[in-house]
Amino acid sequence: MAAVIGDELAGEAVPPRPHRKRRSYPVWRWIILVLTAVYFLIPLYAALRFAGIASFGQVVHQTGFSDALILSLKLAVITTVLTMALMVPTTIYVHLRLPGLRRLLESITILPIVIPPVVLIVGVLQVAPGYLKSTPYLLGLVYVILAMPFAYRSLDAGLRALELRTLVDAASSLGAGWLSTLWRVILPNLRTALLSATVLTVALVLGEFTMASLDLYQTFPVWIVAFDQTSGPVSTAASLLALFVTWLFLLLIVTVGSRRARRTGGAQVDLISVTRRDTVR
Amino acid sequence: MTAKAAPAAAPGSVSDPGAGPRRGWPPALHRARVLAGVVPFFLYILLFLGIPAAAIAYGAFQDPDTGQFTLSNIQTATHGIYLHGFLITAELSVITAVVPGILGLFIGYAIYTARRGALLRRIAITASGVFANFGGVPLAFLFIATLGTTGIATRWLTAIGFNPYENGFNLYDLGGVALVYLYFQIPLMVLIILPAFEGLRPAWREAAQNMGAGTWQYWRRIGGPVLMPSFLGCLLLLFGSAFSAYATAEALTSGTIPLTAIQIGSFLNGNVLAGQQNVGKALGLGMVLIIAVLMVFYAMLQRRAARWLQ
Repeated sequence: MAAVIGDELAGEAVPPRPHRKRRSYPVWRWIILVLTAVYFLIPLYAALRFAGIASFGQVVHQTGFSDALILSLKLAVITTVLTMALMVPTTIYVHLRLPGLRRLLESITILPIVIPPVVLIVGVLQVAPGYLKSTPYLLGLVYVILAMPFAYRSLDAGLRALELRTLVDAASSLGAGWLSTLWRVILPNLRTALLSATVLTVALVLGEFTMASLDLYQTFPVWIVAFDQTSGPVSTAASLLALFVTWLFLLLIVTVGSRRARRTGGAQVDLISVTRRDTVR
Repeated sequence: MTAKAAPAAAPGSVSDPGAGPRRGWPPALHRARVLAGVVPFFLYILLFLGIPAAAIAYGAFQDPDTGQFTLSNIQTATHGIYLHGFLITAELSVITAVVPGILGLFIGYAIYTARRGALLRRIAITASGVFANFGGVPLAFLFIATLGTTGIATRWLTAIGFNPYENGFNLYDLGGVALVYLYFQIPLMVLIILPAFEGLRPAWREAAQNMGAGTWQYWRRIGGPVLMPSFLGCLLLLFGSAFSAYATAEALTSGTIPLTAIQIGSFLNGNVLAGQQNVGKALGLGMVLIIAVLMVFYAMLQRRAARWLQ
């Protein structure tokens, strides 16, 4: 009897659903999105017009371009490797064994957004030993700190989307050790989060100007500013190029990741936010 | 089902591979063993965030010539142009926290309610990730090309009879800098507020509707109060982000607006009077202290937010 009533109730509750699903996207939201798009796209368009299409081809041939880009790419590799080596085990460990520390970690990793890079580099240059100060790689070590807010957030979102406890329990009941659980179970499931964290870190390193210029090394963004004196259009084209390439990479990663999520039925991770199957209609 | 079971599992429950609590370990020692896993992270934070901050605090009280303890750096840093710099920085930061905070809230909600997996949503979120990190000379240039005296938008507006420069607008004053800051502050707001929207359970909305609440009542009584601590926390972060921005304002105004970050930068570049080399550190200490107060409030708001979210 109870089952029948339950079914009837369910039967009544279901019909409005498809309606609500197809609920039209309210007008005010479209207005907001269009206004936002206008504010963000017009400056890009203005810069594109100023640079001209031809400048994009010339960027690569400018003096100092390749040296600056190579230095920035080296720094990007150092920063990414260190950030991942530090943040991936820490975040997984905290999720599994010290969930109480998650909030503390969130507060600490947000610090680099609010601590002025100008202040940080003053302090770092004061205490760094001479052999570190004489290489540009000191910057890489400090960039790890700057990369934390975004790296932590995307890893955290990735982990929230997993049934981490279930995965680990399943792996250990099958006899897998720590390393093999991490390497063969958790990391493959975190692929999208890892890639997003990587791209955000690389984007940060390729765009960081304040510290590099005060530490007197000519990284890519410092070169862009210096080269502005020689040719404004080419310098503008270089910065637009960096922006578009990074964005396309991120979009590609997130798109591929959501395909995978749809196929495997997992929760979907958009960079830093998680959409669970069961909480969204 | 398992989703609900997972958070209930106690920290360090027996099923952990490898390092479960061993019989015979005293509780304190076991705690230390569990905490050992986060030592590398905290060590790195100490080395590259804690010690540099301590060095600045130390230098702020040091006479640059004799190395003796002195309060003169602090004296200089809290008077005259430097005090003015702090005030202007605070004013700019408040404007560029509140305005993008409110705009970002609505934009974030519009993105959040877009169909799951929709291209629009993916484009908006990834673009936020990229633009939140955009700044400095390239950003300043984007706006000079748009709203500078001969920029594209300026010419469009002039053509329809509204020359912004004859109506009180100036890209190179505080209002102009604030407008440019929106370009990275709004995306930052979208990124940090989205997780808070995730915490609003659809079930609450349905329950409210079942009891006859309209949209306004839902937001007034349920959605608003639940989101409020997260929203205020995000405003604090935006304040901090604007507070610490350096390259964009420097590029746009070449130092005509006396912001504290720019003043510190000029100390590093060597534009200093003799005997004042450490005033930059005193300014830095001032910024760090303001940020510290901010973070205390942030932590309190986070705790409140946690009551409902997750």
